[in-house]
Amino acid sequence: MRGITKAFPGVVANDTVSFDVHGGEIHALVGENGAGKSTLMKILYGFYRPDAGEIRIAGRPVQIRSPHEARELRIGMVFQEFAQIAALSVADNIALFQANLPAVPDMPAIARRIEEISRRYGLGVDPRAPIWRLSVGERQKVEVVKLLLADARILIFDEPTRGLAPQEVAGLFRVFADLRRDGYAVVFITHKLAEVLACADRISVMRRGRIAGTLRRSDATEETLVSLMFGAPVAEAPPSRRGPAGLAGPPHLELRSVSTRADGRAVSLRDIDLTVAPGEIVGVAGVSGNGQRELGDLVLGLVRCAHGVKLLRGADATRWPVARIRASGVAFIPEDALTMAGAARLTVLENMALGDTRRYARHGGLAIDWEGARSDLARSLARLGVAVPALQAPLGTLSGGTVQRVVLAREIARRPKLIVAFYPTRGLDVRSAIATRDLLMALREDGAGVLLISEDLAELFALSDRLVVLFRGKLAGARAPADTSIEDVGYLMTGGPERHDRSA
Amino acid sequence: MTAPPESARLAIAWRAGRARLASVAAPAGLALVVFAGVLLAFGKNPIKAYVDIFSSTLGSPYGFSETLVKMTPLVLTAVAVAVPAKIWLINVGGEGQLYIGAIFATWGALTFGHLPGWLLLPLMVALGFLGGGLWGLVSGLLRAKGWVSETISTLLMNYVAILLLNYVVFGPWKDPEGVNYPQTAEFAPAAMLPVLGQSRVHLGLALGLVAVGLFAFFVSRTRWGLEMRAIGGNADAARRNGIPVGRYVVGLMFIGGGLAGLAGMCEVSAIQGRLRPSLSPGYGYTGFLISWMAGGHPLGILGAAFLLAVVTAGGDILQMTQALPGSVVNILMAVILFVILGRRTGER
Repeated sequence: MRGITKAFPGVVANDTVSFDVHGGEIHALVGENGAGKSTLMKILYGFYRPDAGEIRIAGRPVQIRSPHEARELRIGMVFQEFAQIAALSVADNIALFQANLPAVPDMPAIARRIEEISRRYGLGVDPRAPIWRLSVGERQKVEVVKLLLADARILIFDEPTRGLAPQEVAGLFRVFADLRRDGYAVVFITHKLAEVLACADRISVMRRGRIAGTLRRSDATEETLVSLMFGAPVAEAPPSRRGPAGLAGPPHLELRSVSTRADGRAVSLRDIDLTVAPGEIVGVAGVSGNGQRELGDLVLGLVRCAHGVKLLRGADATRWPVARIRASGVAFIPEDALTMAGAARLTVLENMALGDTRRYARHGGLAIDWEGARSDLARSLARLGVAVPALQAPLGTLSGGTVQRVVLAREIARRPKLIVAFYPTRGLDVRSAIATRDLLMALREDGAGVLLISEDLAELFALSDRLVVLFRGKLAGARAPADTSIEDVGYLMTGGPERHDRSA
Repeated sequence: MTAPPESARLAIAWRAGRARLASVAAPAGLALVVFAGVLLAFGKNPIKAYVDIFSSTLGSPYGFSETLVKMTPLVLTAVAVAVPAKIWLINVGGEGQLYIGAIFATWGALTFGHLPGWLLLPLMVALGFLGGGLWGLVSGLLRAKGWVSETISTLLMNYVAILLLNYVVFGPWKDPEGVNYPQTAEFAPAAMLPVLGQSRVHLGLALGLVAVGLFAFFVSRTRWGLEMRAIGGNADAARRNGIPVGRYVVGLMFIGGGLAGLAGMCEVSAIQGRLRPSLSPGYGYTGFLISWMAGGHPLGILGAAFLLAVVTAGGDILQMTQALPGSVVNILMAVILFVILGRRTGER
């Protein structure tokens, strides 16, 4: 790809970008949120058409006008959201993707080829299994088989490690290495530097729509990559830890053998015992889909306790509605602010007022104190060290990171005593993530309690005073981070029994 | 800076309103062209038909006043749809809610006919609102508890309402002095809404305009409007922010139903003077069409309601001058709906 330029209204996503990948190579594409990585790859896959620049495959200039044409050029892409039909089997899903599928597909032959490929790369994909029964990691392997069966030679992965446990990540990288051995070209997008250094042959760093540099792995270190990503080195000092964990007084949150009944596709929580004391951060590790969302919603009052008792600062809050729980000082930092906490078509200021409509109501609700909402938002954003965005712009028009910060600011403006932080740094770039982590620490110093639900183990180990693991709706292993290891927690996350007697 | 200054805000709202009016007018024009083809197929002269329609509705003070009379219930039934639609509830039950409102108001008129007008009319307004509101409330409760889609339940309850109305006019409330007509006795003069001069334009039009004004004010300015827009924008997020979504579902279905009930009250009190089965030529359904044409925008509702009042009145004219069945205008309305739906889809 040479001189690729692509502009969207208001931004230049790619600015004369040149990028190449060879057969038998693993090429990582890293960069901040909004650096243009996904755009570049979507151009290669025919999703977008570039405004300028050319693409050559094996030296021959080509026009890629659609994903269909990309597939004919033997380019395949695995998206963050898999295009799979949960009710159908693995073989059905893979067959649907094949070009020129005959009217009566030879399913046994397809199943045989799936097994062949699965064996060759150690994928362990069962063609007969229905998709809904598979984990995220297994579904990803189905996508790999899909592309290989469609004869793709260039494989693009958009943030493939998102949502995977450490062991699964290691497994994925082994698959990448096997593919490289067989001459496939692998491109993967990520913003986790450790992963890049673990498996890529070459690394391209994007910054603000341009390639900031392309390095061989042997020439790259975490520091050089970070400075390429941001233009200047960003120091991530481990968050300082002042003051003792757990102050006196009743715990902000106490769950006593709480169980919930799942409705629909949700997971039921079983026998949850959990306490969050003032001035304490309790980390909940786990692969998403094991009850994280339900646990957060349980605390918020969106999911009801079927058994057990929920106490908020000593008061029985088992049956409180959401509004009362929030009014008692519970804040919620969502993983995806636009779908879980804000309304895209309302303005920034309206979304701010939404966090506590009672507080900003005037004349009994006939009017709204916009000035109060504005000054609270401004004060709170200042605390985050962030400029105030356009207040009258619809929330949905802001970048993902800004939306997250607006919601964050809204939630801390309420001076919460208990914060349920839900993957608070997921999808944020390094700088925003650091600001968010610092904020959580600051709230802890002020005596608030934080329930930190995350799958970023490094983050959990850095921030948590105590660490628990959620697997299939049950909690395991309450430890201080110092008394356990990433490997042990990863083991628990994938359902291993608790290993009690670690030889010290 | 906070909100833009008042004048700027009004200017923005006015411009949006004008754009909305344009987006109503253009498809209506296209629909008129298609309908002309239908008239040709009937062997009629479409130009003559349109001249008849517009000159009879807009060309004389009497015609204009009759158009306003037709417009009155349409404004109310359109707001009845637009209010719940703010949180994506689809109220197809305007027709039934109108009937129940009429029944409740009739009960008031027949029972308290001896009261003076200044007492009786407000009572009938309240009863009409209550009746339609309760009818909508049933669907709201069914929806909030997660049992039944409000689209289905409001639609089905229309038929129940029609049967209820038939029951009271054929049964207990039948006028003993009538010659076996299925209708109630005529209301006392105190139960009739005052009219404007010699026309049939009645106080109900003012009620409709107030309803539109309050709707616009509440949605854009108040805390409840903000919460409604939040639910409409992202119900999941609203719930997480502690907004009682279920209560809004029930409450807005009550208010919507009540507004349609008010339309029913106006019809019996100002137009019919008694309760009879031929109360509404589908005002509830036309109100639904209007609300969708206007995209729930208050000014658009007034514009679209006026336009469809012309069409409805035009049906009567075609019947007289062109010897066409009056229901032929239903074709025109259907064409308008198709054109608008097509446009909406095209915009996406």
